[in-house]
Amino acid sequence: MTGSTETVRKVASNTTVRHYLARVAFGLVLTIVGLLFALPLVWLVLAPFDATPTLSLEWPDWTLDNFARLFQNPYAMRSIGNSLLLGVGTMIIVVVLGALAAYAMSRIRIPGRDGILYGLLLLSSIVTGTAAMVPTFQIITSLGLINTYTGVLLVLAGGILPTVIFILKDFMDSIPKSYEESARLYGAGPFRILRDVVVPIARPGLAFIAIWTIVQVWGNFLVPFILLRSPDLQPAAVLMYTFYTESGQADLRLISAFALLFSAPVLIIYFVVNRRYGFRFHGGIKS
Amino acid sequence: MTASTTTPAGSLTAPRRRRADDVAGLGTARAGIFVAPALTLIGLFLLFPAVWTIWLGMTDYRLTGLQAASPEFVGLDNYVEALTDPSFWNSLWLTLVFVVASGIVGQTLIGFALAWSVRNIHGWVKALIEGLVLAAWVIPASVASFLWLVLMDRRSGTLNGLLGTDGYAWLIEHPMEAIILFNIWVGTAFSMQLFSSALSAVPPSQIESAKMVGASGWQQLRDVIIPNIKGHILTNTLLITLWTFNTFTPYLVTAGGPNGKTEILSVYIYETAIPGGQLGLGAAISLIMLLINLVIALAYIRVSRGRKKG
Repeated sequence: MTGSTETVRKVASNTTVRHYLARVAFGLVLTIVGLLFALPLVWLVLAPFDATPTLSLEWPDWTLDNFARLFQNPYAMRSIGNSLLLGVGTMIIVVVLGALAAYAMSRIRIPGRDGILYGLLLLSSIVTGTAAMVPTFQIITSLGLINTYTGVLLVLAGGILPTVIFILKDFMDSIPKSYEESARLYGAGPFRILRDVVVPIARPGLAFIAIWTIVQVWGNFLVPFILLRSPDLQPAAVLMYTFYTESGQADLRLISAFALLFSAPVLIIYFVVNRRYGFRFHGGIKS
Repeated sequence: MTASTTTPAGSLTAPRRRRADDVAGLGTARAGIFVAPALTLIGLFLLFPAVWTIWLGMTDYRLTGLQAASPEFVGLDNYVEALTDPSFWNSLWLTLVFVVASGIVGQTLIGFALAWSVRNIHGWVKALIEGLVLAAWVIPASVASFLWLVLMDRRSGTLNGLLGTDGYAWLIEHPMEAIILFNIWVGTAFSMQLFSSALSAVPPSQIESAKMVGASGWQQLRDVIIPNIKGHILTNTLLITLWTFNTFTPYLVTAGGPNGKTEILSVYIYETAIPGGQLGLGAAISLIMLLINLVIALAYIRVSRGRKKG
């Protein structure tokens, strides 16, 4: 009798010890993984505020001078403006064309509609920026649109639209049809109904798409890198790369502040938007 | 049915049973007008390039010189040239290593491990870990790659500082390992998020009964969790494979170097076609890439269809 209770006690204490050790090991591993993920990010957060940033990680000699200098740098600020222009431009094309198409597809049974929708989505995941860079470059060159925003906007919008139509159609499907019915009873035409009834109700969906598009374009490197030549037209994604590859002596005060300024909008948008929409936001088609 | 008095001409052609959907009286004709601009844009700048690749890949089109003005049809010469070039096979091999190591193994396993580890934690620890992993994912690619150049810099990089290996050139000694780790760092967030939502959907009753019969953590994982999230694992693997295969970002870290040691297929195409100027050859390799993408995407569709039915 006593023997068996002792064994039980022994086993029990063994499990507690093992359990405790497992917890410690688990915490340790999680901390290390967390640190590994944090390591490259620390520089991004600290170096811009250091009076003399180096490539090493060190506690900064706090200052805001780097940002003051950055705001006076014409190239840097222009590239941020260019990124904004490309983002907003693509967003307008994509939201307007996408909303029209999604609405029509949601309300009318065009023959083979679902097939078209899935086909488009398949197309956009196969014909990625990298796989299509050669033909795209050649076509845009032949059209004389190389080194123009028109070319970049058309290519970006074409690549993003299938996903946009897919998401917006889902959204339009969930809008109750009774509003449109009653608007029509009062004699409103389809355009009027779209403008005054559907768009206001679909506003959250449209806002989601608008922000999602800007974030996608903001970070896009490949399309402007290939299609734009003049430094004046380069968006921040490309200028960032030019900064650290082409300048002989890298100006770390400028680069570090620029990197943070360029990353901040998407980081902020993520922290605000991701809470509301969940991870679907960045689950879209990358690159 | 008073609404029928305002029926526009377009919907007259629409059969009766469809009227219930068409509440705005759009009609098929007008619907076509609504859809046309978007489809035209997609057709011209997404579908057409893909089709055009087939033609372009059979020409000797170059960026400059005589072949730029009047390219000639060369049939399958480009394919022969690519398939007999050891540097193409080298690139394909590097791509395979890159996709398997950084995508399928790295991102999926670490993503799952992270989702699994933080599933029962709440509060700031979870928010911090998820925030860090996600920050790596949302930061623009050109910033992320610069951060890794800082990390691995030869003279005063963070890594050399921490390890006391001053002067060690990580990007020259271990370029492949570097871009693999870089890509894991960038992309793990997607798998982590996907598995987090998958794990939260596993019925707690099943886990409880597994615990009741004394299943260890590992046994719970093997017998309860994994069968439950099998579909998610497949989806995740296929998407990650597709994205990792198509990423161009490693170019920003190593530019394919040193000596082509990190020249994965996307970089190889870029180097061949744009700085190299051989658009025809580049297009031929692009078509191979498009076909591989097609296979992965079709597999993905099969898997997701099967999941919906099951």
